[in-house]
Amino acid sequence: MSFLPRDRDWHPRPYDPRYKTSTTRAPSQPPLRIGQTASELTGPIFPASDIGPLDHDLLANHGPGNPIGERIAVHGRVTDENGRAVPHTLVEIWQANAGGRYRHRNDHYLAPLDPGFGGCGRMLTDAEGRYRFLTVKPGAYPWPNGPNTWRPAHIHFSVFGEAFAQRLVTQMYFEGDPLIARCPIVSTIPDPRAIDLLIAPLDMDAATPFDHLAYRFDIVLRGRDATPFEGAP
Amino acid sequence: MTKETPSQTAGPFIHIGLAPEVADVDGMRTLGTRIVPTDASGERICIEGTIRDGAGELVKDAMIEFWQADATGHHAPGHWGRASADFDTGLWTLKTVKPGAGRGAPHITLYILARGINIGLHTRLYFADEDNAADPVLVQVPEPRRDTLIAQRKGTTYRFDIVLQGDGETVFFDA
Ligand SMILES: [Fe+2]
Repeated sequence: MSFLPRDRDWHPRPYDPRYKTSTTRAPSQPPLRIGQTASELTGPIFPASDIGPLDHDLLANHGPGNPIGERIAVHGRVTDENGRAVPHTLVEIWQANAGGRYRHRNDHYLAPLDPGFGGCGRMLTDAEGRYRFLTVKPGAYPWPNGPNTWRPAHIHFSVFGEAFAQRLVTQMYFEGDPLIARCPIVSTIPDPRAIDLLIAPLDMDAATPFDHLAYRFDIVLRGRDATPFEGAP
Repeated sequence: MTKETPSQTAGPFIHIGLAPEVADVDGMRTLGTRIVPTDASGERICIEGTIRDGAGELVKDAMIEFWQADATGHHAPGHWGRASADFDTGLWTLKTVKPGAGRGAPHITLYILARGINIGLHTRLYFADEDNAADPVLVQVPEPRRDTLIAQRKGTTYRFDIVLQGDGETVFFDA
């Protein structure tokens, strides 16, 4: 058993002059293709005891009080490229508050911190690969790249999968945001169909009336090669 | 077949999500700070180093994940952890047990995340005081670049400096 090769043309270009920091941090050599060994075919397993009861609920896991902003659920399924659910895997998120400010000592944006909001969430997917976070919709924020560059509203995601080879860190955007098309980080991804996978549509069926809206973000991790040893996936 | 979700940079505020205590986010403990249980068997070692970019600047907002075999060379359950570069000095530190040899030489897998890194960088750390000659991955690395993957020992501490770009660029893998 091994994982399918990663399509590096589908992923963002490591070096992109429009995203300034990438020009000094992208390796100049392409990554060296190696076969997968035990180090890549295994990965950490996180027990349920690693997760606190409010870790998935960013409306409640910081306090005091409730955060300011548009209350939303962000939910979806983690599957692999073969369409198999990825159960019990760790999903971690982080985001700015509704004003676009991060609770981080290196963020000096003039929008205020929200005493009711931390911006960190984590949970394990269920047996069918599903996850659901409660949070507020993050605000857009400016950043020092060009003279007037703004990030679209986004939530950072980290997912482990079943083996180190499936490790993925990405960002989720919100349907209809006009800043997506102007973002030099989004546009490091060359294929618009790949960008579409990062844009979560509004999901009214998953909203809770008189409480919160919902957005759906499904995550696909690398799939496996079928091999005669393991049978069909 | 569905395509893989594309990667995006972790950005400069990665600590909020992956090391909330480093970011001073109350109410969430940080996972992966203790890479091996206190009772894990094996030789206790410390590894430290820095990350530099193509301009020679320290990368002080990076995070590294570590995944390694236990002292007997097995990855089940294996040892996993995280370390953040120090915001002031750029130094990262890993306290662990030395992994045992599996089918190759003892090594630790590293995954580097930071602002400006659009897809996480996968590399390996080998040990200068081990026999690395026959390692099946290391032999695939062009000989002049192999040194970029080998930590040098000083007492019980190993030093492993990572270069993202340019002269002495660390070898990164696509596996
Ligand atoms: Fe961000």
